[in-house]
Parts: sequence; structure tokens; C-alpha cells
Amino acid sequence: MRFLLDPETRDFARSLDGMLGAAGTEGAVRAWAAGDHGPGRALWARLSDSGVFGLAVPERYQGLGPLPVELTVAFEVLGRHAVPGPVVETVAAAALLGRHAEASGADPVGGGLLAEIASGKRSASLQLAAQGPYALDADAADAVLVVEGDTLRIAAGWGPVQPSADPARRLAAPQVGTVLAQGPEVTAAAAHAADVAALMTAAQALGVGRKLLAGTVEHVKQRAQFGVQVGSFQAVKHRLADTLLGLEFAAPLVHAAALALAGCSPDAGREVAAAKVAAGEAAYRASRTALQLHGALGYTDELGLSLWIRKARPLRDAWGTPAACRARVLSAAGTEATA
Amino acid sequence: MDLDFTPADDAFRAEVRDWLATHVPDVPLPSLETAEGFAAHREWERTLSADRWSVVSWPEEYGGRGVPLLHWLIFEEEYYAAGAPGRVSQNGISLLAPTLLEHGSAQQCARILPPMASGEVIWAQAWSEPEAGSDLASLTSTAVRAEGGWRISGQKTWSSRAAFADRAFGLFRSDPGADRPHRGLTYLMFPLDAEGVTVRPIGRLDGKPAFAELFLDEVFVPDEDVIGEPHQGWRVAMSTAGDERGLTLRSPGRFTAAAERLTALWRQHADPADSALRDRVADAVIGARAYQLFAYAGVSALAAGVDTGGRASGASSSLNKIFWSELDIALHEAALDVLGPLGELSDGAPDAPDGGAWAEGYTFSLAGPVYAGTNEIQRDIVAERLLGLPKGRR
Repeated sequence: MRFLLDPETRDFARSLDGMLGAAGTEGAVRAWAAGDHGPGRALWARLSDSGVFGLAVPERYQGLGPLPVELTVAFEVLGRHAVPGPVVETVAAAALLGRHAEASGADPVGGGLLAEIASGKRSASLQLAAQGPYALDADAADAVLVVEGDTLRIAAGWGPVQPSADPARRLAAPQVGTVLAQGPEVTAAAAHAADVAALMTAAQALGVGRKLLAGTVEHVKQRAQFGVQVGSFQAVKHRLADTLLGLEFAAPLVHAAALALAGCSPDAGREVAAAKVAAGEAAYRASRTALQLHGALGYTDELGLSLWIRKARPLRDAWGTPAACRARVLSAAGTEATA
Repeated sequence: MDLDFTPADDAFRAEVRDWLATHVPDVPLPSLETAEGFAAHREWERTLSADRWSVVSWPEEYGGRGVPLLHWLIFEEEYYAAGAPGRVSQNGISLLAPTLLEHGSAQQCARILPPMASGEVIWAQAWSEPEAGSDLASLTSTAVRAEGGWRISGQKTWSSRAAFADRAFGLFRSDPGADRPHRGLTYLMFPLDAEGVTVRPIGRLDGKPAFAELFLDEVFVPDEDVIGEPHQGWRVAMSTAGDERGLTLRSPGRFTAAAERLTALWRQHADPADSALRDRVADAVIGARAYQLFAYAGVSALAAGVDTGGRASGASSSLNKIFWSELDIALHEAALDVLGPLGELSDGAPDAPDGGAWAEGYTFSLAGPVYAGTNEIQRDIVAERLLGLPKGRR
């Protein structure tokens, strides 16, 4: 056993982190929230140059994957930089198409969507009817896939954009479109895609939580009241210590779930659910800590960190609410419902 | 990165499991916090040690098997999954032994460790004093130089297992002129039946004499029972305190096994429509798994010589301690809630479910956030050493 990220994976995360840090994502996030996708698309191109999307696509379709461990590491970095856009959905769509292609022998969409996801040429959004009525960033995605029961469709359009609690998340209900595939392979591939989406969301949440913790620690070191740094007060310290505790014990669950998915373990669903609960709750607690310890600043949208504060709660609930995931953790082996 | 066990790991696990299957008593032993239970648990230590299972990670010369830490984790998983008895020698094995192995002489290790491994000598800790708890360095018990050794005097308290144990270890002020409170302390070991020692058992919350006060009146301690250099006891003790907070005192196996039992209890007794209770059971399962994985990561990092997240600094043992102590309480609270009206029956009640194991476990868990350095102190350590926040008043 070596339950430790490989040096190459750590280097990959470090270079991705450096690239996004230098790119400065905050402006792209605010533009995206206002409906201007330009800076976000430029960021997308750089992500695909770094190979992020290729990690989700099988080699037959010009990808490098699927590599769940590397993907979770990448998505933690994406969360740390609050990267906007349907990143989770694109990777989940790739998982769905890849798994379906494996079972049926062909990419159901045709036109090389899988290969174009790998190369970063196209993005995708995904709605699984069992998970909710909306697709994220349907107006920005190059393809919107919808699964209802055992039927996979490509959406013909979408309804009005519904603002989310996280302004960079833009939701819209897809409209019924052409059937691409139907049958048990679709059901199975969609269940797998739901697991991948849940895990990527968990990893993203972990990154969001770490960013919130780091930003808040910096703030309480600088902010002085009563003549001393507020970070010297026990009430402040203990809240931050608890925030770190939540994140530190969520991280190994995220990595273990990635390994379970990579190994097609029969426990993968429960491992993913455990990771989603722990990372989602830890990130949400981090956002509450950040808001509280920034005082009134934390309640303003001028604060850079507000972009992360507002992201944590939707990520906690997207692709598997805590209640649904906790129920799944306790589902007996072999009896869990598929999405 | 992987979570795979090798054939050698699996073989070790199978060997542990086989041995436990034929040796674990069918009827649970009486509580180890009673005279009768203490004796029964001492006998169990003898049984474990006869087949070299009491201290698997120790060197073979001291009664262990010299197995890597991962195998110790595996041993612990199997041990608690089998419902084997609590370890009456826990404090000696996980607190004193690592200190001796790091700071003690070869002679001390050879003299002290084998009888600890066999349960022949059971150790209590003597850290706290009436006026020195979280602020341990303010302790006032003294060690005064004497011919061939030291004479120790003062009062120790909350000394776990001391009501029935054979020997104790702790810190004493040997240089009253030292410039800082944590300087001038010496780490000493002494017999609890020595002349000048008075032991007054203290009932824990449920009345069982789980710890004791020790009154020491010029008790002679020979030089051979000093660990490390005289006056350097703080540094020596801090390595022990780190072990106590960390992995070795409460291994993940305890919690993964307890979470399994809780899940079974919940499936058997709980109302499936009670989603609030279901969520807490799920959180206990998730928490136990998280602690197990955190430990696998720590052991992997240690084996690879990599320090991830300040593990080597010792401060991550504070994270561990907060996590398992609070998990333990939450897990037992969930169990009592599953049991409903039967949850209040004490472990001595004839009708107590599972032989009173949940009631006993709950009472035991309540002390977790207090002993081994309160969780308030641990959170200070985490904030200061892992997050770099400034020191403030405690």
C-alpha cells in the first residue's frame, strides 16, 4: 500500500495551480457570472492545454484516461481557483460517453465529441433527470446531454437561465431533443457519470474549502482589534482548527473514492458518497468560518473571497445532497439504487 | 497511489484473524476498571503475549514481532472486529514504551519492556497534579537528589489505571532554580507499592475506580529508573504526549469495528424513516473510514519518508486526537439513540443490550476530549503549529 499521491501527480497539481494563479481567475469568474463567457473560455483553453480534460477521455478517443485520481487532484485545484464553467459536467459527460462506448462499441454522439472534449475544443453539460431539472451552463456548453431513465438525448435548447446562489453557476432546464441511445448501457453509463460528477464536485469543494481557510487565516493574522491580531483569540483559532480538521479528514476519502472508481470496486458508490458528504460539509463549514471571521467584510460581494464563500453551499448540494449521500453510505452492498 | 494489500499483508491479516477466532473469550470480560476485571484483563494480556500478539510492532527481543506500522493497523482492525477485550496495558504500551525505545537505555528496554508485553507489570501514568492539568509544565512535585538516585514527593492525580496498576511514570521538578517552568524536570518511573506511596482510587463518572490520586512522600527512585538525562524530562515527555494524542493510543480499528456494530444495531432496531438518526449513523461510518484512511496516508508517508501536511511536526497528532475523541462520543451517542429507552441502562444492568458494551463504551468515550491534553489545548496547537496563528493567552 502506498496511499500517497505520486510525485508526478503532485507536480501536475503544482503546475496547474501555478498556471491558474498566474492567469488570475477572479476576473473570469465575475465576467462569467455576468454572462460574458470570453475570459472563461480562454481559461478553458489553458486547462485543456494542461491536459485536464484528456484525463476523463479513454485513449481510443484521443484522451489519456480515464484517470480518476489525477482528475480529483486537478479538480481540487480548479476549486481553489473557483474556475467557472461546466467543468464537472464536461468530465461527467466524457465518463458517460466513454462508459457507453465501452459497452456498445461506439461513441453514441458521433461527430467525435469525446475526442473534442479531450482536446478542449468542445465543452459539454449534462442533466441526469434523477438528479434534478437543470443543466449547468447550458448556454455556454457546446453540447447538452440529457439522460432520463434509459434514454440519452442531446438537448434541442434550454429554458431561461436561473441564477444560482453562486453567481458563476448558471442553471437552465434543457429542452427535449433527439434520442442518441437507449437501453441498459445508458442506465449503467449514467450511474457511472453520476459517481464521477459527485466525486469531481467533492474534489472541487475541497479546493474551495482550502482556499477559504487560507484566505481567512491570512485575514486574521493581519486584522488587529483590542491591540492584537484577532488570530490570537482562542475562539477564532478553534474555529479555524475545526475547519482544517474537516478538510484534512475529507481529503483521504476523496482520494480513496477515486481509487475505488479507478478499480471499478463494488464499494465505489458508497466511497464516492462518503467523500461527497465529508468534502461538501467541510467546504461549507469553511465558508461559514470565512464569512464569520471576516466580520462585515465577509458579507460583501466586494470581497474576493466571496466568490468562494458563495460557491461552497451549492457544491455541497450539487450531484448528491448530503442526505442522499448519507443514505447511500448505509445502503447494503449490491442494493444501492442507480441514478 | 493505491490502497492495495500485498499477499504478505493478507497472510498477516489471516494469521491474526485465525488466532483471534480461537482465543477471544466468548463471554466479555468484566470491566477493566474493577478489581476483578483488571485481573481478568491482565490474564488476557498473558494469553496474547504467549503467542506474541500483545505488541506486534515492537522488536522481537522485547516480545514483539517487529512488523511494520501498516501491519499494526491491520492487527488492530482485526482485534477490534473480533470483539477482543480492551487493553489494560494500553498506557504502558502506547505511552511509556515509545519513549523508552526512543530515549531509554538498552538496559532499561531489556528490563522493562518484556514484562510490560506479558502483562506481568502494568503501568499507570502520573502526569497531572491538582494544580497542573493542561498547564502541565507548572507541576510542583519534586525530585531531590539522593545517594544513587532521587527522592520524589508531592501529589499526582487523574492517574489512569493507578488503582490497580503496578508501576507509574511521570515528570518531577528536579531543578527548582531553572529559568523556565518546562526546564528542570526529570522523567522517572516508580513502583506503586514502594514505601512512601499512597494510592487513593478515584471513581470516574460511573463510580468505577478508573484512576487514582498518588501521594508521594520521599519515595526513593534509583538512577536506573530515570529516562533520558536528568532535567531534560520535558523534551522526553513531549514525545510521549505526542504518541498518546496520535495514532497509537486509539487506533482506527477500534472505530471501524464500532461503526460496523453501530450499523448492524441500526439495521436491527432503528426506524428506517428516522432520517436524522440515519444521518448520524452514516456520519459515524464516514468518520471511522476517514480516520482509517488518514492513518493509511500517515503510515504511507512515514514509509516513503515524505512529510505531508506537517505530520512529522507532531502537530498532526493533535488533529488525530480531536478527531477520534469526538468521533467516539458521536458514535456512542448514536448507538444509545438507536437503543431508545434501553439506552440509559448502565453496563451493569441485566437487561443492558450487548452485555452493556454500548453503555460502557459511551462512559469511556466521554473522557476522550479531556485526557491526553484537552481538545481545547489541541485546537490551540493545530492553530499555532499547522495554521501559523499567533500565540495568545490560553
